[in-house]
Amino acid sequence: MARPRLVTVAGSPSVGKTSVILRVLDLLAAEGQKVGVAKFDSLSTEDDAAYARRGIPVSVGLSGGLCPDHFFVTNIEACLEWGQRQGLDLLVSESAGLCNRCSPHIEGVLAVCVVDALAGIHTPKKIGPMLRLADLVVITKGDIVSQAEREVYAYNVRLANPRAPVVFCNGITGQGATEVAFHLRAAEDTGGLEGRRLRFSMPSAVCPYCVGETAIGETHHRGNVKTMRFEDQR
Amino acid sequence: MSAASLGALTRAYPRVGAFLATFPVPRPDEIGLDAWLDGLGEETLADLGMTRPQILDHVRRLQQEDRQAGPEPVRAVTILGGRDKLGRAEAVELTIRAGEIVCIVGPTGSGKSRLLADIECLAQGDTPTGRRILINDAPPPPGSRFAPERKLVAQLSQTMNFVVDLTVAEFVAMHASCRQVADADAVAERVIATANALTGETFAPTVSVTQLSGGQTRALMIADAALLSASPVVLIDEIENAGVDRRRALDLLVAEDKIVLISTHDPLLALRGGRRLVIRHGGIAEIITTSAAERANLLALERVDAGLMDIRERLRRGERIDDALEPWK
Repeated sequence: MARPRLVTVAGSPSVGKTSVILRVLDLLAAEGQKVGVAKFDSLSTEDDAAYARRGIPVSVGLSGGLCPDHFFVTNIEACLEWGQRQGLDLLVSESAGLCNRCSPHIEGVLAVCVVDALAGIHTPKKIGPMLRLADLVVITKGDIVSQAEREVYAYNVRLANPRAPVVFCNGITGQGATEVAFHLRAAEDTGGLEGRRLRFSMPSAVCPYCVGETAIGETHHRGNVKTMRFEDQR
Repeated sequence: MSAASLGALTRAYPRVGAFLATFPVPRPDEIGLDAWLDGLGEETLADLGMTRPQILDHVRRLQQEDRQAGPEPVRAVTILGGRDKLGRAEAVELTIRAGEIVCIVGPTGSGKSRLLADIECLAQGDTPTGRRILINDAPPPPGSRFAPERKLVAQLSQTMNFVVDLTVAEFVAMHASCRQVADADAVAERVIATANALTGETFAPTVSVTQLSGGQTRALMIADAALLSASPVVLIDEIENAGVDRRRALDLLVAEDKIVLISTHDPLLALRGGRRLVIRHGGIAEIITTSAAERANLLALERVDAGLMDIRERLRRGERIDDALEPWK
């Protein structure tokens, strides 16, 4: 059995990733594609129930105390194998970019970033590789902000990522889902992930706090530590 | 590209300047891009969240965008029928020209949104309706379909609001600079003056956009869509009647050569269009050309509306409405 094609979908919490994916997968499933989802979250999720209700196979990974992106990259191969066992044509991984510096996108694997028009027009400037290196940017909640703000927002998205097509998608009515589906259909055969590379390194820190230190104080600052710079007023 | 100083580069290419300005590191004007990147070092680049080749690729693409001429003006949009929800053929070939108003009527769920979505994504027989959209009487060139500078449709609806924390003048000027207009402040002034001409209650440029009333908000949205939006098609979805002079608003959009689609059952709007599309079961079931009798009725309805507006004004002023009302003729 062939491996499913993989698409990584990432975006900050509550931007509407699940709603968009549901709308798009409904369209692709209606064409006879077998689609499934690998849902990554940190502490808990109820989105698996939303997928299950539509009859979409879903597997959930909760990163708990680990950096969600590190957890993602160490598990994504297993997700793809699971998708293969389910006989999927297309597997969508859904992960939340919690620190805006996350970068789950993989070279040669269609990468989608979902951003929220309500988050404010400057938000695109604050998101790192997750937005800048995506192949497709989906803007949600455009139906509740003004046209003028949508245009400024889309312009700022374009500055952050001049490579990717930008699609407005309403997760509630499904407007724009056809366009997103159009791009997902073009996802290339993924093959195996072994030996592939992330598009950008993940945020890293190896310090006592990574392994459970809770005490505050300079004596605990060891390993990869970065200090802030201050400008005092005279 | 590497030879020019950063100052010259960002002056020649405003998008490149705006992109580089998002990096929180010093950016001396006099050195070149390569020298600047050399000076940053690996660790800083990692902190910025992009590799050197990725930054160079970004800069190159943004330069291209800054160089690009705007897309060809849209003079006409044509809808070639597909099929309705029951699978029946939609025997329609409808061309809407710049400066024309077409209304869309039909119950909720009849397929109005789908029609608008088809136009928005320049459907080519690949959406559930099977419709095809032509621009200037020809299929859109491949590649132009999802280009962000080609967003065809500007949308205005009841549910939309301003959410940004800026004054009217600041925000409109920001929109103008994104559109790369030469004198952003002058254009902003014109947009605000136009919006004020559309609303009964005028507002100052210094007021915050989130503090505008419903009518003021709609007026500013319409003026901005007419004068600043790049989109040639303006779609208006059930706009409220309070506080906006609808006739002037439509006249403004028409004067700016927009293709105006209005989804409405408000008789004052629906009868103002040259034609209206009746949507049923997901398809365009009928195209009604506004008749001379309907136009005459529109005039009568406008008199009724003016009468109601007058009473509203009197109520606002604290007057009593106890005089015998004459039917408005």
